[in-house]
Amino acid sequence: MDLHDAQSLVLRLINDANAQFQKVPGSAILLRYIKSSYQDDPVRSAVELFLFLFAVRYLLAPTYSTQKQKHVALTEEEIDELVDDWTPEPLVASPTAFEELENEKRPVIVGPTGPKSKLSNGRTVTNLASYNFYNFIANETLKEKAIQTLRTYGVGPCGPPGFYGTQDVHMKTEADIASHLGTPACILYAQAFSTISSVIPSFSKRGDIIVADKAVNYAVRKGIQISRSTVRWYEHNDMEDLQRVLEKVTKEQAKKPLTRRFIITEGLFECVGDTVNLPKVIELKLRYKFRLILDETWSYGVLGRTGRGVTEQQNVDAAEVDMIIGSLSGPLCAAGGFCAGTEEVVEHQRISSASYTYSAALPAMLATTASETIALLQENPDIMVQLRENIKAMRGQLDPRSDWVKCTSSIDNPVMLLVLKAEVVASKKLSIEDQEFLLQDVVDECVANGVLITRLKSMPVALGSGPSDQGWQPQPALKVCITTGLSKKETEKAGIVIRHAITKIVTRRK
Amino acid sequence: MPTRNINPFTASSPAITSLDAMNEKKEPARRSSFSKVNNKFSQLFSTSPKSKSNDAATLQAALVAQQHALYNSPSPQINSSTLSLPTICLSTATGEKSPMEPTTLFQPPSPTEARRIARQHAQFGPLGSQSHRYSSKFEGTEFAEPIEDEPPYYFLITTYISYLILIVFGHVRDFFGKRFRQKHYRHLKERDGYAPLNSDFDNFYTRRLKMRINDCFSRPITGVPGRFITLLDRRSDNGNNTFKLTGTTTETLNLSSYNYLGFAQSEGPCADATEQAVKKYGISLASPRADSGTSELAVEVEDLIAKFVGKPSAMVFSMGFVTNATAFPALVGKGCLMISDELNHSSIRFGARLSGAMIEMFRHNDMRDLERLLREVISQGQPRTHRPWKKILVAVEGLYSMEGTMCNLPALIELKKKYKFNLFIDEAHSIGALGPQGKGVCDYFGIDPAEVDILMGTLTKSFGANGGYIAAEKHIIDKLRVSNAATLFAESPTPPVLVQIASALRIIIGDIVPSQGEERLQRLAFNSRYLRLGLKRLGFIVYGHDDSPIIPIMLYNPAKMPAFSHEMLKRKISVVVVGYPATPLVSSRARFCVSAAHTKDDLDRMLAACDEVGDLLQLKFSSGVAGGAEPIPEGISSDMEKEYGRQAGRPGKALIATPPRWRLEDVLKRGVEDVKVPLR
Repeated sequence: MDLHDAQSLVLRLINDANAQFQKVPGSAILLRYIKSSYQDDPVRSAVELFLFLFAVRYLLAPTYSTQKQKHVALTEEEIDELVDDWTPEPLVASPTAFEELENEKRPVIVGPTGPKSKLSNGRTVTNLASYNFYNFIANETLKEKAIQTLRTYGVGPCGPPGFYGTQDVHMKTEADIASHLGTPACILYAQAFSTISSVIPSFSKRGDIIVADKAVNYAVRKGIQISRSTVRWYEHNDMEDLQRVLEKVTKEQAKKPLTRRFIITEGLFECVGDTVNLPKVIELKLRYKFRLILDETWSYGVLGRTGRGVTEQQNVDAAEVDMIIGSLSGPLCAAGGFCAGTEEVVEHQRISSASYTYSAALPAMLATTASETIALLQENPDIMVQLRENIKAMRGQLDPRSDWVKCTSSIDNPVMLLVLKAEVVASKKLSIEDQEFLLQDVVDECVANGVLITRLKSMPVALGSGPSDQGWQPQPALKVCITTGLSKKETEKAGIVIRHAITKIVTRRK
Repeated sequence: MPTRNINPFTASSPAITSLDAMNEKKEPARRSSFSKVNNKFSQLFSTSPKSKSNDAATLQAALVAQQHALYNSPSPQINSSTLSLPTICLSTATGEKSPMEPTTLFQPPSPTEARRIARQHAQFGPLGSQSHRYSSKFEGTEFAEPIEDEPPYYFLITTYISYLILIVFGHVRDFFGKRFRQKHYRHLKERDGYAPLNSDFDNFYTRRLKMRINDCFSRPITGVPGRFITLLDRRSDNGNNTFKLTGTTTETLNLSSYNYLGFAQSEGPCADATEQAVKKYGISLASPRADSGTSELAVEVEDLIAKFVGKPSAMVFSMGFVTNATAFPALVGKGCLMISDELNHSSIRFGARLSGAMIEMFRHNDMRDLERLLREVISQGQPRTHRPWKKILVAVEGLYSMEGTMCNLPALIELKKKYKFNLFIDEAHSIGALGPQGKGVCDYFGIDPAEVDILMGTLTKSFGANGGYIAAEKHIIDKLRVSNAATLFAESPTPPVLVQIASALRIIIGDIVPSQGEERLQRLAFNSRYLRLGLKRLGFIVYGHDDSPIIPIMLYNPAKMPAFSHEMLKRKISVVVVGYPATPLVSSRARFCVSAAHTKDDLDRMLAACDEVGDLLQLKFSSGVAGGAEPIPEGISSDMEKEYGRQAGRPGKALIATPPRWRLEDVLKRGVEDVKVPLR
């Protein structure tokens, strides 16, 4: 019978297989193992068998991607057609009316810049738009020193600091800044603007926590963005809100592994002009175990008796601040930026801070100029007193006296930001854009009357972002920069021009 | 011109420094001054001054020609007012330049004068011979990728083993260190509630691998980084953790700075103009461009740059890094796609990340991969929504700083026409360094700059200044001026820097000191090819395209990085060594940046040093597929050879790949003429 034949065939096959199996070395051990394990635990054998089968299946299975495939399969012809159909937008959008205006109105200075500058239209104006607070630009000794450096070092160092771009003058400038501030070490960057954008991501990584003031400047924002850290914002200069946020973060993070935590704020705020309450921030930072990154771009060389910044003004030890970022390009009339802190903080940046490692070093002559101007500030703190006198004179003309604007800057800040008073904005129903236009008219009117001032520039909004994710924007403001290059009388005179211009333009508008 | 006809390195003395000013300058000069007496006559009878049979005549012709043309040549020694070398009055021979005393045959320079000249030459070497010039231009029809040679497997395996050993040792040291020397590890641990600033894991590579060779990086210097560079000697007592300056200096041959056209000078027309600028304009503008930092100088430099690169409009920035970091956010954003070469510079990545655009990468210089990617992204549209992209921006570099490769511009333009993307070229290294007129990759390939949407570049490298620029159509620049954060908030470039840029540009164009710019460009092109060819012939594996002034040679084993750097430093040559993470793990390399300031003698010195060090460290492992082969036999042109190659089924490769191991003398002897034919 067929069945019988088949049965014997199967038996024979099994016998043969068994005999073959016996011949394989080690088969006896395997058999014994399986038998004994079955005896001990039949479930285990079943699991093992299942695992074995799964492994076989897994190894034989074709490779596949772990990503969810949303790929639409298309033929080559279809792709060609799609390529032909695709029409990209132009690389840049057409300019708005305001942008055209801005391009047209940008002043071009002929000859040297200074308290009195000549514009390309031939007029000489009182320049209250540059950060030349102490008029170091006109200082002949500085020029001579710079020329000496030029004749020894040339202009550019032709390489990044890591590859033979570190010159002895850079090391000296670093040491000078560190000793001026009273920190153990300092690192010199080639540009002030990019310094903080690069310092933040070199320390704060994904998963770390940043608590930042809502009104910090553009460069800080970009640094935070590139760091991919978790950000919490607190209301501008509101220490209670800061405490609330810190409390909340600490609570949230209590169960999680410890990550780096930073508070980021500015010394003098670029967008508002007021001063941070540093002792309070330090107290909170110590209490909640955060590190403090302090952007002193606008306060270094301005605040304090010898221009050491907000730490000197508010009697805080600079060593209490973990990282102090400052600029050498504004009042110090050189170029570049720096970050001061402990050795550890500085050395870490030398290898991991993008705009330090991947950018050419600062030209030697600008580094020596910075050293010189720092020495000048230390040697004669009188110029700072003089500057504050001038600020007072200008404020006397503007802040309480003007019906239309108020100054949001703190009393020591030579960059006076004038915003339209809330009641003016409300009564005239001015949108942000209206205010920008209005203030631009004021600027034009001032220039027509021989005083060059400028506006606070709003932060560029990321392309393609909707209105919801544009974030905080400063209120449109006029920017008036005081300088010791002008006498008190000249400053007052310029103040009167500005006040009259504001009155004229604002009253003209219904 | 006085050249050292005898190679000082045949005696292979490693201690030679060409900066022993007095001896070094006088001795070869005197030699040549005698040769000149002879040459004068031969020159008179020679109808073809370039005839190869008469080298001396070539030299003599060069001298005469230069005295006619180059009053202010960058090779300062023929400047009659600064005659430094013992001179022969040529008035009788040429009938010109009579103001000199005709009876004076020999005039030793005064010591101060000699020092000044030595200093000048330390910044920019004199041109040895008119034959040491070449024009960097793409020739041929198809731009081929350079062949990347591979070392014997032995070196790859030992490289991996070396890293393994380094890592294992690092962990062993950490293991014991963390237990017995806790204070050295405190900064990696939690301290009273603060997380460490450096994570232990991220820091491992720096702490245990880079620290060992830290003395090869960030070497401090003083003075001008020109032809020679003065290092401040330093010493470490704690395993490279900290360094102490010893107070002495070493003057070394500089093959490390990006001083392509040799504008790193503290004298000459650029420095003079810069000094005037400081006197007139002061040092800074103390304001962003958008406020009151736009001076007439900036406007002038922008016009010059626009004219130079062949675009209608341009803008300058005070830092090259920031140029890229702020340009991309102003160009692309949500809904846009940015396609970037995988080896693009950190600043492009920084900018791309800030922009919020979607980022895709293609394999380095692989146009097929780019096309595949383009077809995929255009047909698929944006992820999830499948909406079409608003725009696609392809960002490449003109010349890649670690590889020495150039972008394949002709192919990119082809693709651009078909796929309608926008093209952004970062010419950080290529501007000034490539092309017959130094105008970058477009010039090199003979492509109209209008075909490229945005040309970006830095002013740090070829122009010896600082900063960056963007050049494009006027409407694009106008838009960028109002939407680019660096214009709104960052400091403007300072007057001395602007004037340095302007005068360097004017020299390159030929507006001031005519023919000096041309000389610089041609010397750079010659030097690049000469060194590259020499290294290939010696047997090194050299990456990159033939005309690139960036010449990386492969070291592979990590221990060879410090060894190479130290050996070269012993021979008073500064080089840059790079390893992981700047390059892939196995391909550690040394990178040489050639400059127009180098003379042929400098490069011969470099080749001699490399020859010795190459033998010492076993670096000569090329297989011959990537060049360095014996010259083609008489009567066969390189086109014919290519044709043979195609027939034999191995296009682009040498017919017979025998490992090139030329003797140094042969390399030096044949170099000058072979540089001017397609390299092989």
